[in-house]
Amino acid sequence: MFKPREGAVKRRRTAAAPDADPSPAAERPRRSGPITGPKHMRRYVITMSALVITALGLTFGIMTWDNPAETGSRPWWLIVDMRRDSLITIGVVALCHAVSTVAFQTAVNNRILTPGIMGFGSLYTAIQTTAVFLLGAGGATALVGVGPFLLQMLAMMVLATLLYTWLLSGRFSNIHIMLLVGVVIGGVLGSLSNFMQRILTPSEFDVLTARLFGNISNARADYLPYAIPMVIAAVALIWLRANTLNTIALGRTTAQNLGLNYKRELIIVMALVSLLVAVATALVGPMMFLGFLAATLAYQFGDTYSHRMLFPMAVLFAYTILAASYFILRHIWDAGGAVTVIVELIGGLVFLIVLMRKGRL
Amino acid sequence: MSITLTDVAKDYSSSVKIGPVTTEIQSGGVTALVGPNGAGKSTILTMIGRLLDIDTGEITVAGHDVVNTPSKTIAKILSVLRQENHFVTRLTVRQLVGFGRFPHSKGRLTIGDEKYISEAIDFLNLTDLEDRYLDQLSGGQRQRAYVAMVLAQNTDYVLLDEPLNNLDMQHAVQMMKQLRRAADELGRTVVIVLHDINFAAHYSDKILAMKDGQVIEHGTPREIMRDDVLTSIFNTDIQVIEGPNGPLAVYY
Repeated sequence: MFKPREGAVKRRRTAAAPDADPSPAAERPRRSGPITGPKHMRRYVITMSALVITALGLTFGIMTWDNPAETGSRPWWLIVDMRRDSLITIGVVALCHAVSTVAFQTAVNNRILTPGIMGFGSLYTAIQTTAVFLLGAGGATALVGVGPFLLQMLAMMVLATLLYTWLLSGRFSNIHIMLLVGVVIGGVLGSLSNFMQRILTPSEFDVLTARLFGNISNARADYLPYAIPMVIAAVALIWLRANTLNTIALGRTTAQNLGLNYKRELIIVMALVSLLVAVATALVGPMMFLGFLAATLAYQFGDTYSHRMLFPMAVLFAYTILAASYFILRHIWDAGGAVTVIVELIGGLVFLIVLMRKGRL
Repeated sequence: MSITLTDVAKDYSSSVKIGPVTTEIQSGGVTALVGPNGAGKSTILTMIGRLLDIDTGEITVAGHDVVNTPSKTIAKILSVLRQENHFVTRLTVRQLVGFGRFPHSKGRLTIGDEKYISEAIDFLNLTDLEDRYLDQLSGGQRQRAYVAMVLAQNTDYVLLDEPLNNLDMQHAVQMMKQLRRAADELGRTVVIVLHDINFAAHYSDKILAMKDGQVIEHGTPREIMRDDVLTSIFNTDIQVIEGPNGPLAVYY
């Protein structure tokens, strides 16, 4: 995908050579595009290559590190297969969080807010808890398989889209109020879930915890067969809207001036984002800061408006961060269950640092 | 071919009400919207630019109803620039101006688009700055970059909400001259909200004066630049004297 751009940069470089003589700027080919020059291009390619190499290295490391069985034997392959599920989960979660956060931040025109902070994860927890609360343990255990999973995702999409398009439709012109409302919504939904969980019978609660608190070592791999096609479809739809997203990033009035149906685009983005967050939450539980971390790094290193360039970089950052924590915690410290906790800790710290340095929302 | 407003009204609250306004802004030239703060100039401008919903009434631009015509069709007829522009993405001048081609290119810039972009940049004397990032520019230069973006959109109608805000004398004059040229040389219809009545008198062909949500005067600068008319528009004693380049309002 970078080939033609590289060509364009080369043309520019060769043509820029006579730039040394004081001929006017009109002489050199003037073109627009997400890459501003050879230096920018080089930085993007180097960052991407480094990320791809690190990601591949970590993948290989997680698969093979400290495998007690004899290399190539049947038990060795069994262990590798088990680890492969964790890796696929890491990949899906990284994809969901990175893409949803970048798309969400573009839609709300703010690079601090994330779906997690605005309470998307709490909404999912509340939906799950309500389901178990209303149906009881028997009913809830019956709710497995493709149909119910799709139904849950649909409920999440509808509720989140309604809630967040209402919240973001310009009713609260002030970003602080919007953030406050988002955090309060998250808190209220969290308390509501907590309240219902206290009323549940122990067996119902057991069913619920099994559903809610997945983690990477013990991911809900049974969800993967449905989750992966949904995630791929959602990411593909967002990818196809990349040019629209580039324009949405200019803010509501500019996007409207350029002929976008802003409200419709916002609803579409929110629906897709809520689906991605729901899948990620279903797999490994709520994570607030992974997406933030990945998106912030991608903006920093990518330094471009083009979502087609930001998305891959953010996904690679998310995968690298998650896989690296998993590798270290699982294989070196033997604390695989704590991966999301550690990532959230680091992500939360980075969030604070960015917020302090920026000094504003 | 003109902008027509028929009984257009916007209710902010029971006490703050803009309109109903019925008027016609003719094609070609520069039309200035003037009036005291809160008169409804920006409201009317942003409603024409379909950035703000109309409560009652109808606005058509070149025969297209701005509410019912698809936004992407309007974007090829009319461009509108608000006062405040803040982007989360870091953009160079050229990238920003390139976004002006979005209604035509949908994000895939062709050679033809690049030509329009270069022309808009050259037109506003930004040629040497085109690879600079917006956050490296002064306020005046940035304002010019925004205007270059709406010019690159290549629409017959260009609406600007107080483009002289925060510009010093030199840059304000430069901006008005460039907008005048856009009207004269490129044949654009420029509608602009202005605070300085003298700027409006010198650079515009028509002045549309608003007060308390109503259009109270609409005419050529000569017709508006009279002691009694200006005094009633601005609630301030204003004397018009003959300056070297036309009438001047003196209000201090």
